[in-house]
Amino acid sequence: MSGRIKPVTTIALIFFLVSAVGPLLVSSWATLFALILAKGIVVLGIILLLQAGQVSFGHAMFFATGAYTAAFWGKYVGGGDIVLFIALGGITSAVFGLIVGLFVVRYREIFFGMLNLAFSMVLWSLLEKMFHYTNGADGIRVPRPALLGLSFTPETFQYVILYVSLLIAVVAFYGVQRYLDSPLGHMLRAIKSNETRLEYLGTSARRVLLIGYVISAFLGGIGGTLVAIIQQIATPEFGFWTKSGEFVFIAILGGSAHAFGAFAGAAMFECVRFYAAAHLADTWQLILGVVLIVIILYAPNGLIALRQRYGQAKQGGH
Amino acid sequence: MAKVLLSAKGIKIRFGGVVAADGIDLDVLQGENLAIIGPNGAGKTTFLNISTGYLRPQAGSITFLGQEITAQLPRTITKLGIARAFQIPQLFLDHTVMENMLIAAASRLGSPSGYTALSALPELPEMERLLDLVGVKLYASRKARELPEGQRKLVDIALALALKPRLLLMDEPTSGVASAEKLEIMDILTSALAKENVTSVFVEHDMDMVERYAHRVAVWNVGKIQKVGTPAEVLADPKVREQVIGI
Ligand SMILES: Nc1ncnc2c1ncn2[C@@H]1O[C@H](COP(=O)(O)OP(=O)(O)OP(=O)(O)O)[C@@H](O)[C@H]1O
Ligand SMILES: [Mg+2]
Repeated sequence: MSGRIKPVTTIALIFFLVSAVGPLLVSSWATLFALILAKGIVVLGIILLLQAGQVSFGHAMFFATGAYTAAFWGKYVGGGDIVLFIALGGITSAVFGLIVGLFVVRYREIFFGMLNLAFSMVLWSLLEKMFHYTNGADGIRVPRPALLGLSFTPETFQYVILYVSLLIAVVAFYGVQRYLDSPLGHMLRAIKSNETRLEYLGTSARRVLLIGYVISAFLGGIGGTLVAIIQQIATPEFGFWTKSGEFVFIAILGGSAHAFGAFAGAAMFECVRFYAAAHLADTWQLILGVVLIVIILYAPNGLIALRQRYGQAKQGGH
Repeated sequence: MAKVLLSAKGIKIRFGGVVAADGIDLDVLQGENLAIIGPNGAGKTTFLNISTGYLRPQAGSITFLGQEITAQLPRTITKLGIARAFQIPQLFLDHTVMENMLIAAASRLGSPSGYTALSALPELPEMERLLDLVGVKLYASRKARELPEGQRKLVDIALALALKPRLLLMDEPTSGVASAEKLEIMDILTSALAKENVTSVFVEHDMDMVERYAHRVAVWNVGKIQKVGTPAEVLADPKVREQVIGI
């Protein structure tokens, strides 16, 4: 087991190192990597739920909650600090996750997925329709916040938010790995393989899933706050179902067997979008579609499993 | 007079036209090994399902140590001290055998950690001992999925033992295990149960096992208990011999 995790951890370290150093060489990468890291944090939450065999098609609701927490603060209170935004975004999303979670953890599979979708559509409609408070589809601008009281120029700020995202991503990545290896994490996987036995051991599967769900909402909220700060705006689109689909897409692209799949998938997704959008106009969805088909056909466990697959093929050749 | 641990009174359940329990009255006494025998489809597994809260009886009640447990959730009943091993083993197939055991240990302890590693649980040596007891320690680091059926059944029993129950319900514990090993495993298992003061109920088709290891036998037939007694009494009964054992 550990022999298989180690190479992935090495790749993860290399990835985080590249995220730290690369943007110093190519300045347009600062925002690109900040986005990859922020979305990776959200997808970590999707991967948590996938351990229990559950796919949420509404996770963008937490992403939007985090984003709008920062936006509302800017609009109604004014000013703001990155640390404050992230703390608030994470907390409101976790609380929202607890409320929604109490309903959704009673369901499994397609019902779980659809109920999540339904909750997210309610939130999206509210953001869209309560124009007076939310500016409707135009969204709310998120002015550049300070960091621990220090303000920055736009040029410096893109690096500030990059390194904040990197720090949170590394902590979240480590935390999720620890969690997945802990009794609670193993129980989450046990829901997927035999919920009946778990109950017969005296453990409430719903409770185990609820804890995972709240953590997942928390990560979604933090990712949403970061993206709102990076893009300086929060719009209802943050909570639209296509956004939820995007997170699931990234999780499958990267692979859900390991926490690093979240970042591998996010890197692939954002890079294709970044470069294809620049050179090939509207074809980036087409390219991503083809990439996903190839992944599903040839590496159904995602990008992180490619290495393993290659290793096995070599072994088989002996 | 031994203390009554589990007591079923007037249990009834039917599935459509099938009557799987038709007024079951049974007391399980502390410290005994009670065998349940009976033809296929008699309702033996259904009785275990009702006793552990998996099914809700349409009539009747079950008490454990005097406490009403009818229609409680399986996890609540488990916490009270009733553990179950299944006719078809119920394991976490994607986990290793040891991880299965440690998940059981973590469940028993309650409030599982979300940070320290499962493999760092101090219960690990005890789980190793239990796996050794049922003879599957060899497979500890293998995925449960890779084990043959007979070994999976033994892991299933070890999982139940990991809960340190007062009452252990086993559904055909050694079916799927080679007959040479059956005796050895049951010898070890029953002496361990006696030593740790665990009462057991086991469904069994093999009359040799019943004769050797049961203190009392209850004979199931079409949702009813046809006879209860010592193995000698029950196995000597001509009606039981004809209808259940088939001689
Ligand atoms: N959940 C259920 N839904 C419908 N029918 C059921 C259900 N559980 C059991 N039955 C039926 O009730 C009857 C008793 O089943 P049960 O599994 O209790 O028998 P058993 O004595 O354990 O048999 P075996 O020796 O084959 O394991 C059977 O006819 C079975 O098909
Ligand atoms: Mg049965």
